[in-house]
Parts: sequence; C-alpha cells; structure tokens
Amino acid sequence: MTDLWYGLITGVLFGFFLQKGRVLRYDKQIAALRLQDMTIVKFMLSHIAVAMVGVYFLYDMGLVKLSLKPTILGGVVIGGLIFGLGWGLLGYCPGTSLGAVGEGRLDALWGMAGMLVGAGLYAEAYPAMQKTVLTWGNYGRITIPQVLGVNHWLVIVPFVLLTVLLFRWLEKKGL
Amino acid sequence: MKEDNGWSPYVAGALSGLVSIGSVWFVGKYLGASTTFVRTTGMVEKLFSPERVAKMPYFIKEAPIIDWQWMFVIGIALGSFVAAITSGSFRIQAVPDMWERRFGYGGPSRALVAFIGGIIAMFGARLADGCPSGHGLSGGLQLSVSGYIALACFFIGGMISANWLYKGGDGR
Repeated sequence: MTDLWYGLITGVLFGFFLQKGRVLRYDKQIAALRLQDMTIVKFMLSHIAVAMVGVYFLYDMGLVKLSLKPTILGGVVIGGLIFGLGWGLLGYCPGTSLGAVGEGRLDALWGMAGMLVGAGLYAEAYPAMQKTVLTWGNYGRITIPQVLGVNHWLVIVPFVLLTVLLFRWLEKKGL
Repeated sequence: MKEDNGWSPYVAGALSGLVSIGSVWFVGKYLGASTTFVRTTGMVEKLFSPERVAKMPYFIKEAPIIDWQWMFVIGIALGSFVAAITSGSFRIQAVPDMWERRFGYGGPSRALVAFIGGIIAMFGARLADGCPSGHGLSGGLQLSVSGYIALACFFIGGMISANWLYKGGDGR
C-alpha cells in the first residue's frame, strides 16, 4: 500500500518537471525527430547524467540495487524500431501521453486508446514472440562497463563530459 | 498565441533525475511506463473473459493489478496538470500546432493517426520490453546495453515515420 503512495508522489513530481521542461508536447517530440529542436534530448540526457552519478554512488555505498533489462537483440532492435515508427506518428510516448492529457492535449487520449489496444495485441502475440524474436541474440543483463571490463566510473565520467560538450554544441547550433 | 517558455530543459531534466535517484533509493523502483498499459488492458479484458485472461502467459507475467508503476503513471498526469494550471500554460487542444500547419485543421485525421501510432508504438515497446522511460531513462542511467540499443532504435524508427509524415515541410 505504501508503495502505491510512493508511486503516485513520484509520478506527480516527474510529471511536474516534464511539463516545466516542455517535453510533453507533440511539437517538441516531433521537432526532435525532425532534428529541429532538441529539447527532449536535453531533458533526457540531463536526467540520465544526474541520475547515473547519484545511483552509481549509492550503488557503491551498497544502498541500492541495479535493475537491468536483458539485452535480447531480436526484441530490443525489432521492438525498438517498431516503437519508433509508432512514436513518430503519435508524437507522444507512453509516459508523456498521460502528461500531455494533464496539460490539455486531448489528441493524446487517442494515442492512449491505441496503446491499450497495442498492449492487448502484444499479449496475444507473446507466446509466438517467445519462441522466435525473443530468442534471437540474448546477451543477458549486461552493462557497458561490464562489456568493456572497466570500473563504472571510467564510463560515467566520460559520459558526463561528453554530454556537457554535446549540450554546448546544441546551444551553439541553436537546436 | 504567445509561446510560453517554461523552465530550461536542462534544469527540469536534472531535477527529474533527482526524482529518479530518490525513487531508487527510498523505494527501489526505477521509472517506467509501458507495463502499465499491459496491466490496464488486462483489467479491461478481465471484465469480459476472466478465465481467458487468467490463462494468457503475458497477463500471468504482467498481472492485471494496480501496482507502483500504475500509480506513477497516473501521477504524471496529475503533476503535469498542476504545473500547467499554476503557470497558465494549460490549454485544451485536440490538434497540435505543427500538425495544423502541415495538414490544415484535421481533427479526425489527427485522431486516427494518433490511434494507429499508439497501437504500433505499444506493440513495439512491449516487444522491446520498455519505452523511453524504462529503457531510455532507467536503462540509460544504469549504463545498460539494452537501454542504449533501444534508445537508438526508438530514434531511428521515429525519424523515419516523422520525416515521412512531414516530408513536405510544415510551412514554416
């Protein structure tokens, strides 16, 4: 029961910042895919960089656990591309669709209805996917530092520096 | 209508990153959204054929219940509503500005494309086992290989369909 309240509070905070960052809008999401306005990329990379440093610091202290999704190339690549094709048509992703409704963008409701149908179709297809696509190229739960065989901070520090350089470049280009 | 600027996406993104850290630290939960759609569809299907849902492997894996993530996703709508109302940026709009510039008003066409896009997007997200929050943010911050492959594929697919839809430009 407490978990449910934590979920709600976390969602409210996250939705608040998504709206403040103006990343919930169709125009922003599609503008990123058309390489015209990188607002959502700035938001996502800022989130990733800050949380990466914080979570790995806590991980080193033994306070948190990682929760990795397996790298199954068949599912991730094919599913990822299919998701992308749909995302470019819808202009919202699953999380931002609810946020978009919260700021009055009613077209996201159609997208949510479609996503519920899509989830149902996938539930029908799941047994077939389990036997095919989801067996292709399963590398298990792996991280980039593991693959490189280095300490995670040797990846985190360059990642943060490169992110800052990318941000400077985006600002210079007016994206 | 005047463009409202909101906050810098760097600041808002970094603050949302702190939310992520807090969630992992205090509750052990990484952010994600698309599983909630599976659970919700399962709840709806259960109303019509409970025996069938109980036997379906995917609804056994992702049971049709209200869990942490389900409440998180509802919270996103509430948080966005509060931020929009308190900053005067709430606006009822059924057709996005960019769509209107490209296709004229097009309420029904926008609804249809959004619906079809939603079906395709969620099928793909479930096959990939995550969306831009679960794979992109949570996978990315953990330096998960799957997260970065998924993110690249999300953007490649999205660039193909968005640029196809707007290949004539949007009159800007």
